[in-house]
Amino acid sequence: MGRTRRRNMLNNVMLALTGVCTFVTVSILFVILGFLVWNGFRSLDWNFFTKLPLSPGETGGGLANAIVGSGITILIAVLIGVPVGFLGGVYLAEFGGKTFPMFVRYTADLLNGVPSIVIGIFAWTVVVVPMHTFSAWAGGFALSLMMIPIGLRSTEQFLRSIPNSLREASLALGATKTRTIFTVIVPAARQGILTGMILGVARIAGETAPLLFTSLNNQYWSEKLTEPTATLPVMIYKLAISPYDDWHRQAWAAGLVLLGLVLIANIAARWVLARGTAVQRG
Amino acid sequence: MAAPQRSAARKFVKRLQDGDQAAHLITLIFAASVFLVTVFLIYELWIHSSASRAKFGLAFLFAKSWDPVAEQFGALPFIYGTVLTSVLALIISVPLGVGAAIFLSELAPPRLSNTCTFLVELLAAVPSVIYGLLAIFTLVPLMRQYVEPFLKKTLGFLPLFTGPAYGFGYLTAGLILAVMTFPFIISISRESLLAVPREQREAALALGATKWESTWQVVVPFARLGIIGSIFLALARALGETMAVTMVIGNDPSIHASLLAPGYTIAAIIANEFNEATGNLHPAALVELGLVLFLITMILNAAAQLLIVATTKKGSIQD
Repeated sequence: MGRTRRRNMLNNVMLALTGVCTFVTVSILFVILGFLVWNGFRSLDWNFFTKLPLSPGETGGGLANAIVGSGITILIAVLIGVPVGFLGGVYLAEFGGKTFPMFVRYTADLLNGVPSIVIGIFAWTVVVVPMHTFSAWAGGFALSLMMIPIGLRSTEQFLRSIPNSLREASLALGATKTRTIFTVIVPAARQGILTGMILGVARIAGETAPLLFTSLNNQYWSEKLTEPTATLPVMIYKLAISPYDDWHRQAWAAGLVLLGLVLIANIAARWVLARGTAVQRG
Repeated sequence: MAAPQRSAARKFVKRLQDGDQAAHLITLIFAASVFLVTVFLIYELWIHSSASRAKFGLAFLFAKSWDPVAEQFGALPFIYGTVLTSVLALIISVPLGVGAAIFLSELAPPRLSNTCTFLVELLAAVPSVIYGLLAIFTLVPLMRQYVEPFLKKTLGFLPLFTGPAYGFGYLTAGLILAVMTFPFIISISRESLLAVPREQREAALALGATKWESTWQVVVPFARLGIIGSIFLALARALGETMAVTMVIGNDPSIHASLLAPGYTIAAIIANEFNEATGNLHPAALVELGLVLFLITMILNAAAQLLIVATTKKGSIQD
């Protein structure tokens, strides 16, 4: 009887502990959100979106150049990353044989696991060194490398999930393989592919390490893509490690804006996917 | 002689017009570019670290001093800091993550389980610079004022908890890394636990095991490869993590036994010194550190992938 009671007690205690683990881990998200909203909201004002950063000592100013700079570097990354990821994924799912796609898949996973700071070194050696200047191009290139593996693998995965009967039906009607792929298969998988791309953008939007020595930073507007460019994540880093209170305030505001964008992108991606499966089922 | 050649050319043009060959070629080029870029990345790291490799050889990995002025570079303090912070992170995040994964796969109703998993996966999407921002302004003061004095008072007889309480140091970095790694452990461990066939649980329960006994002695061992895989993946993430660690590690390139002391990691030294590195040897030494980091994470990622694939396959075959 004592043994059974001990076993039951152990059962209850351990199962309760797993519940506690879940509670702790989930509540950390809310703690993070809470701190950012609390500290960020107080410092967020219209100037934040329209003015340039001021020198230490002056209060006010904003991070307009960093917001635009982030937009530009992400746009460059998308313009490189989406075509490579998408078309590469089409090759893996539709054209590839056996051996070569395996290599591509392995290297894509490898690239996905490369620490972001190492991606930064690579972009520095191939873009910054030959161009003799830090630039938005270098930052965008570094970010695109982080986006490509996600786009590639998700495109492949969702194209593969389209049943073969669809391909056969299209080919039987006399469509060429290319036409089949781009007018039948890709549209059928578009929600999944779009989700993958949005998740890719969400991942690179918050990346700081690859930008530290590629796009660097800038207190002013960058007039050309070949100039050092301010971005939100790098700005947050520089402001947070500075000794000035007013800059800390700005860092919180920037953190709130960045986290908001990243979380919205993540939720949007899931929503697109959920809607897609609902449409397919119905 | 010209006729067959022309017809071959015409055939080729015809095939291109059909589009299939052209599309095949174009997509092949893009897929190949992913492969080539990755190979090129390794090549560039190798070439740009050559000055340092030639001067120090393998001793680079075991030398303790890092002095850019005297051009003496050794990787040991950074390797030590990187490994120590990552191990600390795993000591915290593995029990917490596996416990939560057990709850989410075995106890929680599907709706609650999916919602919690979704929230935990959002945690994985939080940019690392934001973890750093929060850590500097909330975790560091908390550690300095309460946690570290408490640890010194209760466990101060151990060399692990000695020295002044700065707030910045190995322990704080380990804590932040723990928060950053458990989303990976939870979501992948949960997947592998869910892939365990139901018969396994039913058999254990039918033999009179309690829910916990069936989970801990049957289900978890069944899914162990996937769980270990998720831990490897988390470890690879922790080792390569840059921003959050750079902001709280304290940036001291020496080796301390105390967890409260400031230290340095590979990623942090690259982030801090790469822009200011001058001459030939200093950048090369930093690139070589990057190469070391790359090789470690590459091996861990490959191992994780193999383990995760092995379990998910095993589960689905027996289903």
